Amino acid sequence: MMQSPFSLTDKTILVTGASSGIGRATAIECSRLGAHLVLTGRNVGRLEETLSMLAGDGHVVIAADLTVEEDIDALVEALQPVDGLVLCSGMGMMTPVQFSTRKKLMEVFDTNFLYPVELMRRMLKKKKVASPASIVAVASMGGTHFFTVGNGAYGASKAALDSFMKFAARELASKSIRVNTVLPAMIDTPLIHRGAVSDEDHAADALTYPLRRYGRPEEVAYAIIYLLSDASAWTTGSSLIIDGGKSLV
Amino acid sequence: MTEFIEKFAEIFDDVDPSSLSADTKFRDLDDWDSIAGLSVIAMADEEYGVTLNADDMRSSQTLGDLYAKIQSKK
Ligand SMILES: NC(=O)c1ccc[n+]([C@@H]2O[C@H](COP(=O)([O-])OP(=O)(O)OC[C@H]3O[C@@H](n4cnc5c(N)ncnc54)[C@H](OP(=O)(O)O)[C@@H]3O)[C@@H](O)[C@H]2O)c1
Repeated sequence: MMQSPFSLTDKTILVTGASSGIGRATAIECSRLGAHLVLTGRNVGRLEETLSMLAGDGHVVIAADLTVEEDIDALVEALQPVDGLVLCSGMGMMTPVQFSTRKKLMEVFDTNFLYPVELMRRMLKKKKVASPASIVAVASMGGTHFFTVGNGAYGASKAALDSFMKFAARELASKSIRVNTVLPAMIDTPLIHRGAVSDEDHAADALTYPLRRYGRPEEVAYAIIYLLSDASAWTTGSSLIIDGGKSLV
Repeated sequence: MTEFIEKFAEIFDDVDPSSLSADTKFRDLDDWDSIAGLSVIAMADEEYGVTLNADDMRSSQTLGDLYAKIQSKK
């Protein structure tokens, strides 16, 4: 039987942010399609938990705080060249303009933009990205399409990530490395429950989406899988909207 | 409390601290909106090193309530 172009059989895929939410769902769904996963994040306990949820074998956990240079080095050193890289680690931050100090901006830019890009750079430099390969970064509708009150620091960090990945797509095409982003709107993960918005307000907001609910982590994972797989072999530099129709209203 | 009220008033363009007290229901202020809500959270963080969450905000009616939340979390 011919293999599905959506299959990830025997591809090695590094997922950052694999200890929670979208990263965890992505790791699980990739494993079900035959990939070997490298899981990274800071919390070892939750990484091990993700590991225990994976199908198949040949998966590894390498804990790292991606805002610590030595951790990035150790992670990159330990890697075999990967066929897929999912940059999913990130943090939320709600802070109005007048409170968005340089310090706050640096914190969120470090986590959501500068260090994910630095990890990718070091992997490329150390030849830890195979050829062909696919890189997918998780940006956000909140950076490029929706300008929610208080979300400027976060949104700008995600817009920067989305933009940078297009330059990377252009430059890495000659190495047959494709680079794309996904742009989720609100997805039900621990991230959105940590902030300043109550569950009640979230429930009301969810009803403003044409599909009448927030997204589920696996619904972002499926889009990431498309971009990792050979099904998207001619797609690079794209930003895939996953928003329950919200950008239509 | 006086200091807290001054910091709270600073969030707005046009609110005189002397018009506020511990009994002021902050949601009834003309200038109250979602940015003001986020600003209170950011102010608590910046000035008192305290993280107020959505529940703390929801369960507070007056400036006195907010101040008590901040004190209890310090
Ligand atoms: N949820 C949404 O509505 C939504 C919408 C659009 C985009 N996104 C983006 O999707 C991505 C995943 O978010 P999520 O909703 O799944 O949130 P989440 O459940 O909070 O997961 C965030 C992940 O990032 C990791 N992480 C954070 N800081 C890190 C650091 N310094 N070093 C290494 N890992 C770090 C966390 O790992 P540890 O805790 O183990 O450190 C965790 O695995 C983020 O980039 C987020 O901005 C989310």
